[in-house]
Amino acid sequence: MTSRGDTPPGAAPRGRMPAGDGRRPSDGARGAGEPRGRARVRVTSPRTSAARTRNVSIASEIDEQTRLGEVYITSLMRSQLRLALGVLLVLASTLGLLPLLFRAVPGVSDVQVLGVPLPWMLLTVVAFGEIIALGWFYVRWSERNEDTFSDLLDGDEPGA
Amino acid sequence: MNNSASIVAVILVSLASLAVGAFGLRVSRTMSDFYVASRGVSPVLNASAISGEYLSAASFLGVAGLILARGVDMLWLPIGWTAGYLLLLVFVAAPLRRSGAYTLPDFALLRLESGVARRLSSLLVVAIGLLYLIPQFQGAGLTLRTLTGAPSWVGQLAVAVVVCLNVLPGGMRSVTFVQAFHYWLKLLALLTPLFLLLGAVSNRSDDPDLGTVFVADWVEPLRGDHALYLTYSLVLATFLGTMGLPHVVVRFYTNRDGRAARRTTLAVLVLLSGFYLLPVVYGVIGRRVASDLVAAGRADSVVLELPSRLFEGPVAEGLTALLAAGAFAAFLSTSTGLVVSVAGVVSQDLVRWGAGHRQGIRAFRLSTVGVVAVALSLTVVAAGVPVAHAVELTFAVAASTFCPMLLLGIWWRGLTSPGAIAGMLVGGGLSMGAVVTTTFGVATTGWFGVVMQQPAAVSVPLAFATMVMVSLATRSHTPEHVARTMVRLHAPEHIDLNRGSFHPERWYRRPGVPHPDGPTDRGSGRTGDRPAEATTGAPTVASVAPVDVRPGPCVEGTSDGPQQPAYDSPGATAHRPGTTARRS
Repeated sequence: MTSRGDTPPGAAPRGRMPAGDGRRPSDGARGAGEPRGRARVRVTSPRTSAARTRNVSIASEIDEQTRLGEVYITSLMRSQLRLALGVLLVLASTLGLLPLLFRAVPGVSDVQVLGVPLPWMLLTVVAFGEIIALGWFYVRWSERNEDTFSDLLDGDEPGA
Repeated sequence: MNNSASIVAVILVSLASLAVGAFGLRVSRTMSDFYVASRGVSPVLNASAISGEYLSAASFLGVAGLILARGVDMLWLPIGWTAGYLLLLVFVAAPLRRSGAYTLPDFALLRLESGVARRLSSLLVVAIGLLYLIPQFQGAGLTLRTLTGAPSWVGQLAVAVVVCLNVLPGGMRSVTFVQAFHYWLKLLALLTPLFLLLGAVSNRSDDPDLGTVFVADWVEPLRGDHALYLTYSLVLATFLGTMGLPHVVVRFYTNRDGRAARRTTLAVLVLLSGFYLLPVVYGVIGRRVASDLVAAGRADSVVLELPSRLFEGPVAEGLTALLAAGAFAAFLSTSTGLVVSVAGVVSQDLVRWGAGHRQGIRAFRLSTVGVVAVALSLTVVAAGVPVAHAVELTFAVAASTFCPMLLLGIWWRGLTSPGAIAGMLVGGGLSMGAVVTTTFGVATTGWFGVVMQQPAAVSVPLAFATMVMVSLATRSHTPEHVARTMVRLHAPEHIDLNRGSFHPERWYRRPGVPHPDGPTDRGSGRTGDRPAEATTGAPTVASVAPVDVRPGPCVEGTSDGPQQPAYDSPGATAHRPGTTARRS
């Protein structure tokens, strides 16, 4: 995330007029940084202020596919993927291990719950209950992840 | 068994389906963005439609039959079919909706940016669709044979005709209401008789010795040969296969946005769980009072035969009729959904004759008839495969092809088109090979036979591995717009971002077709009010998308010129287009 392409948004206008439509290809900014001494440069405002304020939103970082924008999207993807893998892990370590359990402990069929052999109970009511609970949990948390992401974007947007 | 009430019930269900379809056609005309912009469909209605389409003859008849015949190990089938939706929910639902793809080939094109990957996906959709249709038609034959004693082909032909009648006039747009209606019909059809049956069973005193029926092999898990492998393979196929079924994806586009897609899927989990408990009970009751069906090779018809085993006269006839109605609804809804999605792909991706809108519709209708005909003849060829087992194999194929493509495509930037293609070929080749050998009984002995019977545990990991390895080896083929695609797949809709210019319909436009009304029509285009669809009986989402080849603007697009590739040039996407969906 700290590669050269990852220009802090405020530093972008260096070597250029800050006015304009805000389009700022990151490659151009990088190239313009080097020959500053030789090329003619118009400076229209103190450069220190550029570093302080964020005048480019994260949304446009993402739109222009800068490294920073990619980091934001990747963080969203990671949080969602982590959540999904968590659900998968729970499913695999409960339902997924049942066949092994049945193999390892054959006596499990002798246990009766409400007159029904335990494996039948586990593979019907319990399994479906778990699936629904996991689904509910996932929906709740994935929406929370998305809210966090959109708050992040809104919070950094000037005037938003 | 000759049951006139059942015949009446089946005919009534067919007529009701056609009537609801006609009603849906009228309603969806007034809410033109029902399918297109996908607003106004509540998660519950949508979930009912998804469940209605998903609960096939295999679920309605096959599960009870398998439990009757093979006992506790078969409980994994309904669990897997439900858990498949859980995995669909956590990995695929929202990104798939956000992709904007109508079909799996659309998704392949969006993510992989490769026409070859798209066509391969189309072929697989056709293969999976046909494989899934066969058990539906078999179920139809079985149902009518059980009810009337007519030969199997009568029932198969009857369904084929009703499906065609349902699809030909309005395509999919008239079908959504029908499918929602079918879910509740199926649920009631199983639930109502169940109370009476349970009451009758508990009152019976002249039962045979239960010990001879509820034997250890049946009650206790993992008693058969290679049971552990078979169970895990079945679990893998069903858990992962659901997301790769062609008619499932189509439905997700009817959700309003990614969040609605998730909530819909959660509702589907509830609806499916509620439903799947019922056939299990039927299987157990069947074991107690009708275990002779197993020896007779008619285990699949246990659901339909139970009432006449426990009751007599009009009560038995009435209950059988209700169950027959549910069963008929089961394969009608599933085969209709399948036929529509397969015919849409055939008419546009594989045949593609005719450039205009009218020819598109005709191509779609011809494809529908063609698909139904092919499925019918394959049904005759594969007569020996038990209904639910053919469906298991379908899930194995889907799990070995589309599942890795979707999972890796959505969550890993590194997936390249050569990787995806290689993986789908490997996974598809292995699982289809298993289908062929099983169907024709080529290899049935030893470990090889066991693997062929349940190929998923082998073919799924191999497909994943192939995709990853080949993708790593062909890094230079990483799709150009993959970063933008990831934003599109994962960012919530309400955030104002550039999501790229992909739109599935752009693919269907041929090069050189003039666009007389170019930019002027853009505004109406993006609200999803596609005039061509509103004014014709165009079949839809799956198919209209393909069929609706109108020379208009691209919805959501950023430019108006004629493009063949589904993307604009990189320059055109480098800034935020004014036409992408934005809220503030």
